[in-house]
Amino acid sequence: MASEGQRRHWEKTRSLTYIVLVIWAIFGILIPWFAKELDAFSFLGFELGYYMLVQGSLIVFVALIWIQNFRQDAIDDEYGSGE
Amino acid sequence: MAVSGGTKSSSFIDNLGKVYGLYTLGFLVFFALMAILEQVGVGARAIGIGFLLFTIVIYAVIGWLSRTMQVEAYYVAGREVPALYNGMATAADWMSGASFVALAGGIYFGGYPYLGFVIGWTGGYVLVNALMAPYLRKFGCYTVPDFIGTRYGGNLARFVAVVVLVVASFTYVTAQINATGTIAARALGIPFTLGVWFGLLGILLCSMLGGMRGVTWTQVAQYIVLIIAYLVPVIWMSNAQGFGIIPHFSYGGAAQRIAELEGQLGLQAAQEAIAGVRVLTTPHFDPQGGLDSWKFVTLAICMMAGTASLPHILMRYFTTPSVRAARKSVGWSLFFIFLLYFTAPALATLTKLQLLDPTLATSIIGKSVEEVMNLEWIQNWSQVGMLAIADQNGDGLLQLNEFFMRPDIVVLATPEIAGLPYVISGLVAAGGMAAAMSTADGLLLAIANALSHDLYYKIIDPSADTRIRLIVARVLLIVIGAAAALIASLQLTGILGAVAWAFCFANSGLFFPLVLGIWWKRANRQGAIAGMALGFLAGTAYLYYVYTGGTPWLGIDHLRFGMIGMAVSLVATVVVSLMTAEPDEETQAMVDEVRIPTGETIIGRSH
Repeated sequence: MASEGQRRHWEKTRSLTYIVLVIWAIFGILIPWFAKELDAFSFLGFELGYYMLVQGSLIVFVALIWIQNFRQDAIDDEYGSGE
Repeated sequence: MAVSGGTKSSSFIDNLGKVYGLYTLGFLVFFALMAILEQVGVGARAIGIGFLLFTIVIYAVIGWLSRTMQVEAYYVAGREVPALYNGMATAADWMSGASFVALAGGIYFGGYPYLGFVIGWTGGYVLVNALMAPYLRKFGCYTVPDFIGTRYGGNLARFVAVVVLVVASFTYVTAQINATGTIAARALGIPFTLGVWFGLLGILLCSMLGGMRGVTWTQVAQYIVLIIAYLVPVIWMSNAQGFGIIPHFSYGGAAQRIAELEGQLGLQAAQEAIAGVRVLTTPHFDPQGGLDSWKFVTLAICMMAGTASLPHILMRYFTTPSVRAARKSVGWSLFFIFLLYFTAPALATLTKLQLLDPTLATSIIGKSVEEVMNLEWIQNWSQVGMLAIADQNGDGLLQLNEFFMRPDIVVLATPEIAGLPYVISGLVAAGGMAAAMSTADGLLLAIANALSHDLYYKIIDPSADTRIRLIVARVLLIVIGAAAALIASLQLTGILGAVAWAFCFANSGLFFPLVLGIWWKRANRQGAIAGMALGFLAGTAYLYYVYTGGTPWLGIDHLRFGMIGMAVSLVATVVVSLMTAEPDEETQAMVDEVRIPTGETIIGRSH
C-alpha cells in the first residue's frame, strides 16, 4: 500500500493537474465559445477573439505544459521521486 | 552514425546535435544548389524530382543504419531518445499531410469553424501531458493495448483495445498514403496509382528494418525538412510583399483588411458550381455565437481527446529514457507543432489578401478575366483541374464567386501566387512528402506493433521467441502497408480518409478507459471492456446514422461523432465498474506505483 509520502506526493500531483485542466478549459473551451464577444477588443492590431484562436490560446498551451512540468519536477524532488 | 550496436548506439545518442546539425546544413546546401541550378536554366520538373529523391534517399539511409533485431529497440527505440529529439519526432509523427498541405487551405476557405482544428490539435497536448504520457511511460508498455491489457487484465480487454486502435489508425493511414501518392505523382510525373506504391516503398524503407528506432530517427530528419519547407515560403513571401519580416505578429491589419474587402466584394455562392473546386463563401473570421460556438467547442473537444488517445502519438512517449524526459518531450512536441500551427493562419490570411486586395500587384479579383487567364500559375493549376476561372456573369471581369480553387492547393500554390522562384515549390513538395511519410510511418508501426505484440505474442503465442516475433512484426508491417496502399490507390479516401474520423474513433473507444485506468483505481476489467466496446460501437453507429443522411442531433455531425462515443464510453466504464467487483489489491497497488515517477517500470518487473 502507498506510504504517507507517496500519498502526499499524489495529492499534490493531483491538485496541480486539476489546476492545469481548469486553465486548459478556459483557453480551449471558454474563450473559443466567446470569440464573438471578445472581438469587441483589439490586441496587437488583431481582433481579440480571432487572436486568441490563431495564436493566444496556442501560446498558453505551450507555456502551460512547460510550467506544469516545472512544478511537477519540484513536487517529485520534494518527495524524493526526482530523477 | 552506426546505431545498430549497444555501445555504438550511446555514442550516436551523445552526438545527436552534431549529426542533425550537419544534416540540416547539408539540406540547406542542397537547397542552395537547387536554387543555383534553377538560375542556370535547369527545368522545374528536374528540380522537383531532385528534392523528392534526395530527401527520400536520406530517410532510407537512416532507416538502414537503424536496423535492429532487438525487441526493445524495435518496439520502443531502446528507450533512449532524448526529450528534445522525441519532441521533433512526435511533431513529425503528428503533423500529417493534412496539417502540412490542407490546414492553411482549410482556414482560407473555412474561416472561424475551421479554427476548431487548430485549437483542438494543439490543446490536446495539454491532456496528453497532464493525464497520459508520464504515467504510460512509467508503466513501461510497448503499445497502448499493452497498457489496457496489463492494467485491466485479460485478453478480451487487450483485444478490444487492439480493434479500436486498428480502426482508428487505419482510417488515418490511407489518407497519408494517398497524400504521398499525390505528391510523388505530381513531382515525378508518374500515374497516381504508381505514386501510391512509390510512397509506400519510401515509408517501408524507414520503418521496416529498424521499427520504432528507424522511425524515430527518420522522423527527426523529416521534421527538420517539413518545418523549413513550411516557414521559408511564408517568411520569404512576407518580405517580398512587404508584410513584415516575421509575418506572425503583424498580420492583424491584413485580417481586418480582408473583412473589409469581403464586405465590398460580397461573399456569394457561384452561379454554377464546378466539381472538385469551390469559391470562397465563408467570411475569414465571423463567429456567430450560439450553435456556432457549440459546434466549435465540440469539434475542439473531439480533436483534443482524440489527440490524447491516438496510439501512434502516445507510443512516442514510451521511447524516452525516463518519466521526466517523457513529460519534457511533450513540452517540446507541442512547441515544434506550434511553430507550424501558428504559421498556418498567417499563410491563409496573407495568401487571401494577395488575391483579393486590388492595391496589390498579385491580386486577381476585379481584373479582366482574359488577363488573369494568362497568368502562369493559373494555367498550371487549371490544367490539372485544381483551379478554375469562369466568367459566369459575362462582364469580362473576375468576380470573387467566379474564382474556383481546391482548398488543398493553397499551401502548394502560395509560392507561385507570390511569384517566388520554383525552387521554393520543390522545397514545399519535399516538406509535404516528409509530413505525410512520417505520419504514415508512425501509424503503420502502431498497427503492426499492436497486432504483432498484443495479438500474436500476448494472445496467440506467448512462447514465441524474439526472432519470430520481430519477423511477424515486419511481415505485418508490409501486409498492412500494402492493404492501405491498395485502398488509397482505389481513391476511396474521400470516404475513408477523413482525418477527423480517426480522432473520433480513438476517443470513442480509448480516451476514458485510458484516463480512468490511471486516475480511478476503482475502474475494473468489466468497466473498461464495456467502455471501449460500447463507446466505440455507439460512436460508429452514430457516424453511420449521420453519414447516411440522418439529422444530426444538436449539430453533432460526422466530424464530431466522438461526442456521442465518449459520453457512452464514460458512462459505461463508470457504471459497469461500480456494478462489478473492485479490482484486486495487486492491481490497485499497480496504480499506486504508476503514479510515482521513479523506480522500475510496471511491466519490466512482471516479466
